[in-house]
Amino acid sequence: MLDRLTLALRISRSKVILRRYFITNGFDGVLTMLGLLVGFRVSGSVAIDILLVSGLGTAIALAVSGVSSAYISESAERKHELDKLRDAMMDRLEGSAHEEAATIVPVMVALVNGLSPFIFAMLILAPLWLASSNIMAIAAPVDLSIGIAMVMAFLLGIYIGRLSGTFWLWAGLRSSLLAIAIIFLILLFN
Amino acid sequence: MTQIREIELDILKPHLPNVLEFSDAIANLGPDYEVFLDVVQMDEKTETLTVLIKGHSLDYRRIEETIKNLGGSIHSIDKCHVVGETIKNS
Repeated sequence: MLDRLTLALRISRSKVILRRYFITNGFDGVLTMLGLLVGFRVSGSVAIDILLVSGLGTAIALAVSGVSSAYISESAERKHELDKLRDAMMDRLEGSAHEEAATIVPVMVALVNGLSPFIFAMLILAPLWLASSNIMAIAAPVDLSIGIAMVMAFLLGIYIGRLSGTFWLWAGLRSSLLAIAIIFLILLFN
Repeated sequence: MTQIREIELDILKPHLPNVLEFSDAIANLGPDYEVFLDVVQMDEKTETLTVLIKGHSLDYRRIEETIKNLGGSIHSIDKCHVVGETIKNS
């Protein structure tokens, strides 16, 4: 099973696509959470539970949207590619790794696209959950969550920088600047 | 029972998996399998290959299955070397 999965990923050159979806939607998740938290933070005193449920709802919406949109677009793209290959081969390619890839890859891409923002969002919301359920006493859980979101934006920037061969600090700072821009815009509109 | 010692196939396959991965998958079917592959023609989405496979006792059914699984299609068997009982045991 693992061999067939590896083969399907290899012949469809999907590792790059998975990585791209992971970064793109992961970044989406981090910035959305940051926007939500900063919005609540500047609007005054809001109960942690309300913040937590709002964050969880947003994370679920991001996950469902990520899974469905990626699956629809990727399965259409894969089917189109398979049809073109079938024409060129003058063969249905039944039981081949190419046919399997056209089924497996959209599912994997959809899962990565949906789970990536969800996982990032959960990590950002962790201090709120710990504070809300009295597992750990955290003095300023919202500020800590905002801090985690900033760090994640920075780390994702470093990762993108490594892929593109850009100096890691510059790539990290560039992503952080985007996060700072979001905070600035929210403060401006507030 | 006879044994297939050598077989040459004319194959059409997609560009991926590449010829190294393709040869590797066939060679892995037996410990003494040898694969000699020539790319005869290259098109936009496919390539035509001549694949010579050598071994003490080739399993044609598994070779055919592997090629099909990798998206290839056997157009013809161009050459083969099959031995019978007497040679096999000598």
